[in-house]
Amino acid sequence: MNRFSLWPQAASEQAARVDLLFIGLLVISGAILLLVAGLLLVFCLRYRRGSSAPRGLLPGFLRRDVEIGWTTGTLFLALFLFWWAGATQLRAKDPPAGALEIHVAAKQWMWKARHPNGAREINALHVPRGEAVRLVMTSQDVIHSFFVPAFRLKQDVIPGRFTEMWFRATEPGEYRLFCAEFCGTDHARMGGTVTVMQPEDYARWAAAQPQEENLAEEGARLFTALGCSGCHAPASAVHAPLLAGAYGRMVHLADGRTIRADEAYIRDSILQPKRDVVAGFEPIMPSFEGLVDQGDLQRLVAYVQSLRGEAAR
Amino acid sequence: MSGITAERAVPDRPSRADSYLTVETGLASWLLTTDHKRIALLYMAAITVFFFVGGAGAVAMRIELFTPQADLLSADAYNRAFTFHGVIMVWFFLIPSIPVILGNFLLPLMIGARDLAFPRLNLISWYIFIAAGALAAYTLLAGGVDTGWTFYTPLSTAFANGHVLAAATAVFVAGFSTIASAVNFIVTTHLLRAPGLTWFRLPLFVWALYATSVVMVLATPVLAMVLLLIFAERAFGIPIFDPLRGGDPVLFQHLFWFYSHPAVYIMILPSFGVISELVTCYARRRVFGYSFMVYAILWISLVGFLVWGHHMFVSGQSVFASLAFSLLSFVVAVPSAIKVFNWTATLYRGQIVFDAPMIYALGFIGLFTIGGLTGLFLASVPVDVHVTDTYFVVAHFHYIMVGGAVSAFYGGLTFWWPKMTGRLYPEGWARFAAVMMFFGFGFTFFPMFIMGFLGMPRRYHVYPEEFQVWHVLASAGAVILAAAYLLPMGYFAWSLVWGRRASANPWDATGLEWQTSSPPPRENFLVSPAVDRGPYDYHPAHTGPPSMEREPHRPQGGQA
Amino acid sequence: MSGAAAREATLQKPWRSLRREREAVSFGTWVFVASEAMFFAGPLLAYAAYRSLWPEAFAAAGRETDIVYGTVNTALLLTSSLTMAAAAEGARARLRRLTLTCLAATAALGLAFLVVKGFEYREDIHKHLIPGAGFRLDMPPAQLFFAFYWLLTGVHALHLSIGIGITVTLLIQAWHGSRPLPSPAFEGAGLYWHFVDLVWIFLYPLLYLMGRS
Ligand code: HEA
Ligand code: HEA
Ligand code: HEC
Ligand code: CUA
Ligand SMILES: [Cu+2]
Repeated sequence: MNRFSLWPQAASEQAARVDLLFIGLLVISGAILLLVAGLLLVFCLRYRRGSSAPRGLLPGFLRRDVEIGWTTGTLFLALFLFWWAGATQLRAKDPPAGALEIHVAAKQWMWKARHPNGAREINALHVPRGEAVRLVMTSQDVIHSFFVPAFRLKQDVIPGRFTEMWFRATEPGEYRLFCAEFCGTDHARMGGTVTVMQPEDYARWAAAQPQEENLAEEGARLFTALGCSGCHAPASAVHAPLLAGAYGRMVHLADGRTIRADEAYIRDSILQPKRDVVAGFEPIMPSFEGLVDQGDLQRLVAYVQSLRGEAAR
Repeated sequence: MSGITAERAVPDRPSRADSYLTVETGLASWLLTTDHKRIALLYMAAITVFFFVGGAGAVAMRIELFTPQADLLSADAYNRAFTFHGVIMVWFFLIPSIPVILGNFLLPLMIGARDLAFPRLNLISWYIFIAAGALAAYTLLAGGVDTGWTFYTPLSTAFANGHVLAAATAVFVAGFSTIASAVNFIVTTHLLRAPGLTWFRLPLFVWALYATSVVMVLATPVLAMVLLLIFAERAFGIPIFDPLRGGDPVLFQHLFWFYSHPAVYIMILPSFGVISELVTCYARRRVFGYSFMVYAILWISLVGFLVWGHHMFVSGQSVFASLAFSLLSFVVAVPSAIKVFNWTATLYRGQIVFDAPMIYALGFIGLFTIGGLTGLFLASVPVDVHVTDTYFVVAHFHYIMVGGAVSAFYGGLTFWWPKMTGRLYPEGWARFAAVMMFFGFGFTFFPMFIMGFLGMPRRYHVYPEEFQVWHVLASAGAVILAAAYLLPMGYFAWSLVWGRRASANPWDATGLEWQTSSPPPRENFLVSPAVDRGPYDYHPAHTGPPSMEREPHRPQGGQA
Repeated sequence: MSGAAAREATLQKPWRSLRREREAVSFGTWVFVASEAMFFAGPLLAYAAYRSLWPEAFAAAGRETDIVYGTVNTALLLTSSLTMAAAAEGARARLRRLTLTCLAATAALGLAFLVVKGFEYREDIHKHLIPGAGFRLDMPPAQLFFAFYWLLTGVHALHLSIGIGITVTLLIQAWHGSRPLPSPAFEGAGLYWHFVDLVWIFLYPLLYLMGRS
């Protein structure tokens, strides 16, 4: 991170696209600014009071036609810019399947990350180069925002729901991580480093981390402790769906809709089970709203997700 | 009726018994006045104080940001400084400034009325404003608030440790004052226009005030409600936005920006009006494309209600919602482009005089264009994702609000100063201040674009060292800017005592407000004026003013 | 009071004719009412958003409100709208007795509404329907419904109290003759009163009929 530069480091695929758009905007708005400033300057000099420039009759076309001309001209330019920006955004909309999924929890004033194998870190994030990484984030108190300038990415992290962000890092190195949404006293100190490593290095790093119980295992314990297994276990007498393989598949609902069982869906199933009732089941599942906190939710969701693997096996 | 004879019929100066400044004396005659001109001056006194209080917050921040470490302010103190700066500057300075000072003074004069439609309501709204201001002052003295001017939940409802309730109440109360003035302006414009003054003969400043008032009336109540919700949640634990009980903190942002985006147009539309008056007068030309200018104002104020989501591109709203808001933001930029081009074209074949108000106006056009164009960067979703909540945004809005609206305010104040006080300001000093403001502004805020793009987040009082260069530049520029804002206070005060007496129409302008003496009599016009032509009749239609000499213009109306 | 003198007394400063002034007062009130409508639109929208998010909790909570009180109050307010309209018309036609009686009736009906509302609030408190610890229902989002219930009815009651204040002031002024009947204030007050009633017409189904259909 050198001391003086005019362009931020670029270290993700999205960064290149954003920079291109930014340069395009710079050129176009630079041209418009030059045009406006140039005209102002020329008119001011030429038509200053007492100058001998002719003022006579205004040509007729200079009135309505010019006006309509530049109005439509600007409108089309604006629509073009919208199209460019919109298309760039849509290209980066969905993460590729199989992206490395890292859970991030924000709280006043620190970032906690948790890797799929259970490795945890605080105010730091290690990611492999060239691999798609998906961050699933939630906050335990107020709204924060995960901001890595070198990736040109930012996403608010909100209590009570999961937000996602994905990227593919292109350059190994250390980059700054900021909290960009004002979150109280130490907002300015809520930051850290994102380290992009070669995939081998990342694998080595992750393996070397103290192996704690991972999210899914904790979730499994909660699953029993909260009584979920009473209904959802294969041996249970209650008629409830088996959760193995539930994650990611398309679910038919009692009211005829079909939706994908993503994190948000699982989360909703736990908090407001009566909203999306699975076809063929009675809406008897109680809501766990208030009984589970954000952390528990993350654990339960991770557990349900982990069951996907078992079904495939 | 010949405009020239009509003008002659107007005395330059009213007698002491007529002038609104001297017709009555004593403190009570000011504090209980229902004269819109005096109320405008009351507002001016209050708002000037708020500007410097808000400015003091900026000064504190700029000193703190001189170095990357925290040396002057603690984290909490800094957070309170920018919150207070934002709250005061937005609700107690910029939103009221042009409408309730210049607008209050000029609207009845410009349409040939004796006063606003509801003079007592006008006075009441000043008292409401003062009550709100007192609450704001209380907030500051009690220790301040630390939520940002945006009051995001759940920080403001559950976690902030400042005086959120007092601050929210202050803004809430100020809203009533705004609504009262807006209702007054709307009714006045509809029902008190002079005979012959049809809608499409109204000066653009009146149009701008009218559109602003409509936006105020429809947007401000939403802010009032959302503040009430915050108040209820924080004070009584009524869970509206509480995620633990099923509430959605992002819903707050929707409601807040539904107000606050239209609010930015509340701040800029009156400036558009002022600039149109200044440019035409000093270029001695009819404004180019009058009807397009009017439609542009209306377009901005209507579409402005539909773009609030562009403040929430990273809040987790769906990509398609973001794209829709992005599209509408681009669409709302087009009428601003129309305005910029029309002002520029108004100069074409003019007889341009570079008096201080014109310098402010030219500065406005340049700075507003830069601020507006960077608005397009922000409206582009992928770019905004990178620069949102960084200094890029801070630079964007200061370019429009400080470089734009505040310049327009100073320009308008300078332009109408003789009308308001009957005295001419010292021209040389005023030009110097205008030029200094332009350059001081550039030094202060241009570096913010660069550091914002480099990734410097906003609302940070400590920051990585690589950004220090830019912060030092900005802080240094702020010194020049502060001087440029203080200087007019000096020469305006000087002019009150030693300034030359102004004639009724020192700038040879066409508006009705110049068809009465300076300062105007209590009843505005000795004889009710009538209007027989459109605005800005500086020269016959379809020709420019002749090359060498100035042709005597035809005023819009006069006291027949 | 003679017509000319009355006109003299009512004509306020910037106006040159009573017709214009009357027009201004009613137009101004309409503009203000538009503003008020936006004020209520905000929370109604938030209510709608939450209701579609938590339908069961809202339905369950909606069943806890007291429909008897709600319906009685609706009837009271609708009647008061009628008397208020009659008062405004009466003032316009210079019928002093009619105006005074109708104003008094309006104020009385408004007060009756507040009294009923007071009883209802007391029962709500008794039934632990205040969001927070010890709330009667255990679905947390049901608290959201009651957040809106308290907020909306509270703000409405506040508006109604202001309306009653205005009505009583006009009543007293008209009684003493300090405000002549041609004054545009009667019409303005009437408009405002109708608006406050209209808000209730929205609140009634949203808060009382919800979950009972
Ligand atoms: C007076 C105030 C004002 C005005 C007029 C504007 C005008 C505009 N603003 Fe700005 N804005 C603010 C005040 C203002 N803004 C504030 C205070 C914030 C931050 C709030 C906070 O978070 O604290 C903000 C934030 C903000 C954001 C959110 C940034 C973020 O937080 O991530 C966006 C995003 O779209 C935006 C866009 C625009 C656009 C497109 C315009 C347009 O209306 C601009 C139109 C003008 C022009 C375009 C220039 C003239 C045109 C030409 C010379 C011709 C060329 C034009 C085309 C090709 C179309 N603004
Ligand atoms: C109309 C609105 C307006 C105006 C005029 C200004 C004017 C200025 N603003 Fe402001 N600003 C905002 C609206 C405005 N601002 C808003 C809405 C925010 C966002 C707040 C938030 O994030 O919540 C903001 C945020 C903001 C920040 C970002 C803080 C952060 O995110 O960390 C900065 C940083 O430099 C800044 C600087 C300035 C400066 C240098 C001026 C200068 O132009 C001011 C110049 C004026 C003076 C300097 C006054 C002169 C008076 C004196 C010198 C007397 C001093 C007296 C004593 C010291 C006793 N502003
Ligand atoms: C009283 C029995 C019961 C309990 C206890 C219970 N569930 Fe359920 N659950 C059901 C039934 C029945 C359904 C299907 C109907 C529906 O969608 O509401 C279901 C559906 C679900 C689904 C959606 C499944 C799919 O196939 O789409 C998930 C995920 C889920 N439950 C998770 C949990 C978790 C986690 C817990 C514990 C915290 C839990 N459940 C506790 C009965 C129960
Ligand atoms: Cu977390 Cu700012
Ligand atoms: Cu906006």
